[in-house]
Amino acid sequence: MTDAAAPSGFRRSFGLWVTQGPAVLILAILAGVVIGETPLPLSTVAAVFANRLWDAGLILDPIDAGIIWSYRLPRTLVAAGCGAGLALSGVVLQALVRNALADPYLLGVSAGAGAGAVAVTILGVGGGLLGISGGAFIGATLSFVVVAALARAAGGGSAQLVLAGIAGSQLFNALTSFLIAKSANAEQARGIMFWLLGNLSGVRWPDVMLAAPVAIIGFLICLWFARAMDAFSFGVSSAASLGVPVRQVQIVLIGAVTLMTATMVSLVGSIGFVGLVIPHAMRFIVGPRHARLVPASALAGAVFLIAADIASRMLIPGQVVPIGVVTALVGAPGFAMILVHSRRRL
Amino acid sequence: MRLAAKSVGWAAGSRRIVQEVSLEIAPGETFGLIGPNGSGKSTLLRLLAGLLARPFGAVLLDGDPLTSLSRRDIAQQIAVVEQIAETSEALSVRDVVELGRTPWLSALAPFGAQDRVIVAESLAAVDMADMAGHSWATLSGGERQRVQIARALAQRPRLMMLDEPTNHLDIHHQLSLLRLVGDLPVTVVMALHDLNQAMRCDRLGVMEAGRLVACGPPEDVLTTARLASIFRVRATRLRDPADDATVFRFQCLEE
Ligand SMILES: Nc1ncnc2c1ncn2[C@@H]1O[C@H](COP(=O)(O)OP(=O)(O)O)[C@@H](O)[C@H]1O
Ligand SMILES: [Mg+2]
Repeated sequence: MTDAAAPSGFRRSFGLWVTQGPAVLILAILAGVVIGETPLPLSTVAAVFANRLWDAGLILDPIDAGIIWSYRLPRTLVAAGCGAGLALSGVVLQALVRNALADPYLLGVSAGAGAGAVAVTILGVGGGLLGISGGAFIGATLSFVVVAALARAAGGGSAQLVLAGIAGSQLFNALTSFLIAKSANAEQARGIMFWLLGNLSGVRWPDVMLAAPVAIIGFLICLWFARAMDAFSFGVSSAASLGVPVRQVQIVLIGAVTLMTATMVSLVGSIGFVGLVIPHAMRFIVGPRHARLVPASALAGAVFLIAADIASRMLIPGQVVPIGVVTALVGAPGFAMILVHSRRRL
Repeated sequence: MRLAAKSVGWAAGSRRIVQEVSLEIAPGETFGLIGPNGSGKSTLLRLLAGLLARPFGAVLLDGDPLTSLSRRDIAQQIAVVEQIAETSEALSVRDVVELGRTPWLSALAPFGAQDRVIVAESLAAVDMADMAGHSWATLSGGERQRVQIARALAQRPRLMMLDEPTNHLDIHHQLSLLRLVGDLPVTVVMALHDLNQAMRCDRLGVMEAGRLVACGPPEDVLTTARLASIFRVRATRLRDPADDATVFRFQCLEE
């Protein structure tokens, strides 16, 4: 929160984010690459980067090089992109809906994206033209429309939206289970269930090329609308009277949330709690103003999901725990703390 | 800055809340809206600020229909202080007042030194400079009201719409707020429920059941007969020997 020295304090903290944010992110990414079942020293990592980026021609164990470049690095980058995207989606939804419980998971967007992705994989909806991401995007959009329409029919308050989101999640999750039970063989079903719980094992470079641009574009959109999101603090009508073109801002921001959630779910399955816990934790640290909350949440979401991915690889030796399970194990107690700390804000 | 309403109205579903209101507000004027609870004062203020969807009629700002202006253009000219302002965000007093600069800022014109000066002046004008660092959530109702007024001042509008701005204020702050508002070089439209305070406006509009039933200088509008029929009170006019001002004393008519 601002204090008496707000202007200079603001500049200083903003400057900190700009200069140290990328440094923290790079450190986290390095940790994601170094730590694993076979720990690889930083010198090997540096050599792989030198070879790949500058053709240094250093002699390396090709297996180590492969693990670093083709497996751990893309996986870590996608984790960063997903964490940032999900945390930003939470920030935006909480600002627009004015409800502390709003996040893509609770509002049913993740469930819709999952159902869309499963419909494409199992039923072949779209005849191969829609990739999994396309299916997830359509599913996410559809679930958002269904949830918003239901909330509107129920009176349009933010509590109604959260309740409608719960109903929507149940509906789309049931649809997913139904599709799996009806059409998938046992092998497919196991794979899909594993994917739905959140799983980064299959991630390769093409996935980075999707996750990174979407996360960056989403981040820039959120940053651009930071002041508009502040103006929603006292409600939609107050935002309008402060000169915010409410309808346009809502459409662009909800579009960005749908794009980010759909992309991330299609890549790694549905991961809960990031969109809920990270923005609230960051509010305690940097305050409610979005010029700081947006970069802080993007960074913290990225670092958190990289850490969760490391944990998912290391918790049980020889086995990968779904990352959604890890985020829930950390997120549920975190969420409980938020509930206790912000009784009045719900 | 001239605001004109041409038979404006608004309906919630099939229920007409405000009907056929026409009025013109002159530049620099302080215009008071009075009327019993539920007579449509708040709704009319929102209509005049262009904040309600699907309005009837037209509101003209210096001759231009509000619907032809962008929200930003309107917000640079009209600031609104609603009857209730609630947030779940942990904002500080200064954060709230800074929101008032929103219509003047953009990516190319970020919050700068001049904005900081305007925010500080606005806080000082409502006597809240000392509390700039306090959390909004901890303020009393009257302090919140003053902060919202500071936010509206920070918008540097040419017209301010205030919905029962003296609600929750202690008597000192009621009077100093009315003086502040009266001294501002801006046009003011405000809903009031204290009829003695309404006497200090340049003109009054009286709302009853969604219609504007009278409009004019306070002495002409606040007749004993009208006070009896609309507000259901017996009013006695008294004269304050100190400054020869008219004050009302009210008694309930149903006793
Ligand atoms: N959005 C709305 N939907 C339905 N009824 C409304 C709405 N807004 C106001 N009303 C009704 O319109 C009437 C006038 O309200 P309002 O303008 O707030 O009156 P006032 O400010 O004079 O007390 C009230 O009876 C209120 O219940
Ligand atoms: Mg009212």
